[in-house]
Amino acid sequence: MSVGQPPSDSPEIRQLTPVLGPGHTFRSVTDKISAIVLTRPTSLGWFIGFAISFSLTGLLTVAIGWLFTKGVGIWGINIPIGWGFAIVNFVWWIGIGHAGTLISAILFLLNQKWRTSINRFAEAMTLFAVACAGIFPLIHTGRPWMAYYMFPYPSTMGIWPQFRSPLIWDVFAVSTYGTVSLMFWFVGLLPDLATLRDRAIQKPAKIIYGMLAMGWRGSARHWHRYQSAYLLLAGLATPLVLSVHSVISLDFSVSIVPGWHTTIFPPYFVAGAIYSGFAMVISIAIPLRKAYGLEDYITMRHLDNMAKVMLATGLIVAYGYFFEFFLSIYSGNKFDVFLVQQRLHGPYAPFYYSLIICNILTPQLLWSYKMRHNVVVLFIMSIIVNTGMWLERFVIVVISLTRDFDPSAWGRYQPTFWDWATFIGTIGMFVMLIFLFVRVLPAISIAEMRELVAETSEEKE
Amino acid sequence: MAQIFHRSTNFISRFSVFSAIFLIGLALVAVLAVARSPYMTRQNISREQPVQFSHKHHVGDDGIDCRYCHTSVETSAVAGIPPTKTCMNCHSVLFNTAPYLEPIRESYRSDKSIEWVKVHRLADFAYFNHSIHVNKGVGCTTCHGQVDQMPLVFQANTLLMQWCIDCHRNPEPSLRPMDKVFAMDWKPGPDQEELGMQFAVERRIRTTAELTSCSTCHR
Repeated sequence: MSVGQPPSDSPEIRQLTPVLGPGHTFRSVTDKISAIVLTRPTSLGWFIGFAISFSLTGLLTVAIGWLFTKGVGIWGINIPIGWGFAIVNFVWWIGIGHAGTLISAILFLLNQKWRTSINRFAEAMTLFAVACAGIFPLIHTGRPWMAYYMFPYPSTMGIWPQFRSPLIWDVFAVSTYGTVSLMFWFVGLLPDLATLRDRAIQKPAKIIYGMLAMGWRGSARHWHRYQSAYLLLAGLATPLVLSVHSVISLDFSVSIVPGWHTTIFPPYFVAGAIYSGFAMVISIAIPLRKAYGLEDYITMRHLDNMAKVMLATGLIVAYGYFFEFFLSIYSGNKFDVFLVQQRLHGPYAPFYYSLIICNILTPQLLWSYKMRHNVVVLFIMSIIVNTGMWLERFVIVVISLTRDFDPSAWGRYQPTFWDWATFIGTIGMFVMLIFLFVRVLPAISIAEMRELVAETSEEKE
Repeated sequence: MAQIFHRSTNFISRFSVFSAIFLIGLALVAVLAVARSPYMTRQNISREQPVQFSHKHHVGDDGIDCRYCHTSVETSAVAGIPPTKTCMNCHSVLFNTAPYLEPIRESYRSDKSIEWVKVHRLADFAYFNHSIHVNKGVGCTTCHGQVDQMPLVFQANTLLMQWCIDCHRNPEPSLRPMDKVFAMDWKPGPDQEELGMQFAVERRIRTTAELTSCSTCHR
C-alpha cells in the first residue's frame, strides 16, 4: 500500500503520517506535478472521461436552448412550486463551492499546512461549482436576457432593484464570491504558470503560459508582492465563506413560508455548504491521486483531515435539523407543526428519511479511524453526503412550497425530463471543466509544495 | 534560455490591460447614453403626416382649443383622434379648393379614415389614462410641449419610464389651476410650490407610494 498508512490508530503513528511523502526534493516535486500537464501522454481514461462529460455538457446546452425556445413551462414548476429544481440545484452547487474558499483562505490564515496540496484543485472546483450554480437562477428568471435588470445601474426606468430583497443580495453575494475566488485562484497560479512557461517544450505552450504568467520572474520583489496580495485576498475571501451561503439562506428565511421562516437558517446553511464542499473535494481528490499517482502529495493525512471536517460539519447540520424540528414543534405555530408532519408523513416523506440517512446516519462511520483511512469507503461516503445535501435542498424547497398555509394552494411537484437534463448537464459541465483543468493547469500548487519540502526538511534537521 | 517575448511586451500588456478597462467603461457609458438618446426615444423628431396639418396654425394662430378635436381627453383614457368630419366643419367652407387638403376631402367622400402617424407611442405594458391627468390639473403642455409652436408635431419628452416616474414622485410642480389646464402659455409662477401643495390636497392627489406602485401603470 501507499506511504502513510499506519497499521493501527496510535497518536505516535498519526503524528508521523505526513502531509508530504518522504524523500521529496524541489526537483522531484516540480517534475512530478508539471509532468502531468507538459510531458505525460494524455491517457485513454482522460479522453473517455472527457468525452462523456462533454456529451453531458452538450445535453445541458440542448436543455437550455430548448428552455429559451419554449420558456420555463418545460420544467415541472408551476404555482405553487415556482422554484423547483432550478433553486434546489443552485443552492446545492453554490454550497459545494464553499470548500474551496474555506481550504484556501481560512486554512491559509490559520496556517494549516495540510491545505497546501489540495487548495489548488479545491479552488478550481469552487470556481466550476459557482459557474454551474450561476446558470440556474439566470435561466430560472425565464427571461435571462433581462438579467442585467438585477444590477443597480442608472436605468431609463428611474428605479433601482429592490435592495430590501434577498434575491438582489444574492446577485451581489454570488458575483462577489465568483470574482474573489477567481482572483485568488489566479494569483495563486502565477508562480506555477511561470514554472510551466519555463518548462514547456512547444512554442504555443510557452507563449500561452507566458502570457498567463504576466511576466513572473520569481524575483524577491515579486515574491514579496505576491505574498501580500495572497494574504490580502485570503482576508477578503474569508468573510465570503460565511456570508455567501448566509445570504442564500436568507432567500428562504426572509419569507414567511412555513419551514423557511427561521433564524437558524444562515449558520445551518453555511455548515451544510462546507459539509457538501468537503465531500466534493474528497470525491475529486480520491480519483485524482489514484489516476496520476499523487499519493505522496495528497496523503492519507489529507483525506483523514477532510473526513474529520466532514464529520464535524455533518454534526452541525444534524444539530440544525434537530432544531428546525424542535423549534417548529415548540413554536406551537400550527402551520409549522403541520409542516413537520408533512416532512415525516407527507408525500415527500421518503426524501426526508433518505436525507436523514445520507446526512446524519452514514457519516457517523467517520468516527472510526479505519473508515477514514479506507479510500473506497470515503469516496462512497462523499457521494452519499452530496446526494444527502441535494435531498436537503429538495426537502426545503419542495415540501414547504407544496404545503403552505391554505389547503387550496397546495400542490405537487414532479420534475420533468428537462429538469433532469439541466441538472445532469451541469454535473457533466462540472466534470468536464475538472478534466480540462487537470490537463492544462497544475492540479497541485508547485510553488507551495516546494515551500512545504523546505519546511518539512527543516523540521527533520 | 531564449526570451519568448520581446521587451515591448511589457508595455503592450500594461497598455492593453488599462485600455481594456477604459474601453469597457466607455462602452457601458455609451450604451446608457444611446438608451436616452433621441435615436431610441424618438424625442424631438417630427413625423411626416399624410396631410400637411399644422398644429402651430390651428392652435397658435387660430386659437382653437385642444378639446375641439381631441374630444375625449377629459373623459377617457385616450384623447381621441378627430374624425374627418371635424376637419370638414371648417374646411367645407375654408380653403375648400386648396390642393393640399385634397386627402381630407377624399377621405370625406370615400368614408375612409385618414391614417395619421402616431407620434406618442407608449409601450403596450404601460397603462396610461388622459382623463385622470387632465382632471387633476396636469396641463397638456406639461407632457406634449408647446404644441402651438409645432408645425409638425414631435414628441417633446422622452416618454421613458424615468420621465413618468419623476413626476409621479413629485407631482406638485405640474399641478395648475383648473382653468389653465388647456392653456398653452401657462408657466409656473413664484408661488407654485405653495399652490401645488394646496392643489394636491384639494384634488386628493394620491400619495407617492400609490402613484409609484408598480400596478398603477403596469396593470
